Amino acid sequence: MLHLILFSIFGAVCVAGAVNLLVQSHPINSALSLIVVMASLAVEYLLLGAEFVAAVQVIVYAGAIMVLFLITIMLLNAGAEERTKGSRVATLLGVPGVVIGGVLVAWTLLHRSDLPMVSIGALKGDPSSIARLLFHDFLLPFEVTSVLILIAIMGAVVLVSRPEVIARGSRKDEQ
Amino acid sequence: MSAPHGKNLSITAFLIISLIKSVAVVFILLTAVAYSVWLERKVSARIQNRWGPTRVGPFGLLQPMADGVKFIFKEDLTQPHVYKPLYIAAPIIAVVFAISSIAVIPFGTWVKIGPFAGMGPWTVDMQITDLNIGLLVVLAITSMGVYGVALAGWSSNNKYALLGGLRASAQMISYEVSLGLSLVGVVIMSGSLSLRAIVDSQGGVFWGFIPRWNIFHGQTIAFFVYMISAYAETNRTPFDLPEAESELVAGYHTEYSAMKFAMFFMAEYANMVTASCVATLLFLGGWHGPIFGPPILQALLPVFWFCLKVFFFMFLYVWVRWTLPRFRYDQLMAFGWKFLLPLAMANIVVTALIVALRAS
Repeated sequence: MLHLILFSIFGAVCVAGAVNLLVQSHPINSALSLIVVMASLAVEYLLLGAEFVAAVQVIVYAGAIMVLFLITIMLLNAGAEERTKGSRVATLLGVPGVVIGGVLVAWTLLHRSDLPMVSIGALKGDPSSIARLLFHDFLLPFEVTSVLILIAIMGAVVLVSRPEVIARGSRKDEQ
Repeated sequence: MSAPHGKNLSITAFLIISLIKSVAVVFILLTAVAYSVWLERKVSARIQNRWGPTRVGPFGLLQPMADGVKFIFKEDLTQPHVYKPLYIAAPIIAVVFAISSIAVIPFGTWVKIGPFAGMGPWTVDMQITDLNIGLLVVLAITSMGVYGVALAGWSSNNKYALLGGLRASAQMISYEVSLGLSLVGVVIMSGSLSLRAIVDSQGGVFWGFIPRWNIFHGQTIAFFVYMISAYAETNRTPFDLPEAESELVAGYHTEYSAMKFAMFFMAEYANMVTASCVATLLFLGGWHGPIFGPPILQALLPVFWFCLKVFFFMFLYVWVRWTLPRFRYDQLMAFGWKFLLPLAMANIVVTALIVALRAS
């Protein structure tokens, strides 16, 4: 019961943060709302029993990636964004479309009887079962993903390194 | 030596005991924070051949109270050019995240309380709550603490504050990596992320006299990597570039005064206490130490050993601050990424290899 109440409260906080993210005109406020969304998502994971994912969500997303977002916004000194009225087509078609889509997804999930129901907190999300999945059952995909990330890091390094610096360095090697 | 807890507690007893524990622990933490400021002033004075605070109370022991009263009654200036919502929120964020990680720190074994008025007896853990992922929770809360500093720097709308805030966030993210990786070796050896289980795995002695603490048990390098990273993580000298007074006035808290400034101060010392607690639990065997005497002494000695080790680390913090000069910024980054990070990774590889070979 307590779990359900907390789950609903943090669900509401999460949605409120997401809405605030769109409404705010200043990038810093939007970034902070995104942190609220991520932190409340972490609490939701925790309440569902996925402890490890909850901790990683906070450490990686809320604690590291969003700090980099903030640094970027601060360095660029991005001011409040300009507001346009938005297109009428988006309002007329988008809002009903989102409502219909949401109702459809909810209806399908609720009425598909072959999907098992799991009570809150009953999921196995402790570090040891996650480790068994990652390093035993799905070892190959895990390793392939890590190579993929390594390639992405190398690509980022190549992109940000200034060509003239590299050229000067190689000339120094030749001398 | 885990307590057989949770079985004999009704929900009311659990709530009451948790509330009492939380209030007591936070009170002790805040007192410890106040007195580590006193310790800092006293030790720094002795290192520089001065007396330090002597006027208020014996040995200046009431100085923290005088400081608190002064902070409350000082004028709280808010500059017209600050971005007010975040300017006010930043010190609160800093202090909340600094204090809340104490919730998962165990500081002793467990005690039996009661029976009172026909209820009980209860076994109570010397810890607010024991989590499977206690270590990860500490890391998560520490990683959120960056926001207080970064937002303070930005919302002050002042170039020194902004530079301090940017430096602080870059430095804290960089050293968080080596800090987290230095703890992996300990986790591999104990096979758990629960702080209580990690301490329990360090009981016993080698050859009859050397304690089986992780620092003597193959994790010496990890210990030094952790300590250096923790100094950078708490923005203490020799890594106090975010508030380097000779170049940035006071860094991220240049525009803060009165209680808001005091909150940053409290956050810094609370972070030091947490970092010392984690070092004690992971590397110095937590509350393990000689246990003797009557039952009441046997229950309290573990807490005493724990506090003694934490005090040692707090003293070390002060000692280092008043002994070493500050790093240059590029040296700081190069040291973190090119020296500490590879060292921590090598430690993980070696530890994992040895543990795997022993298991097979």
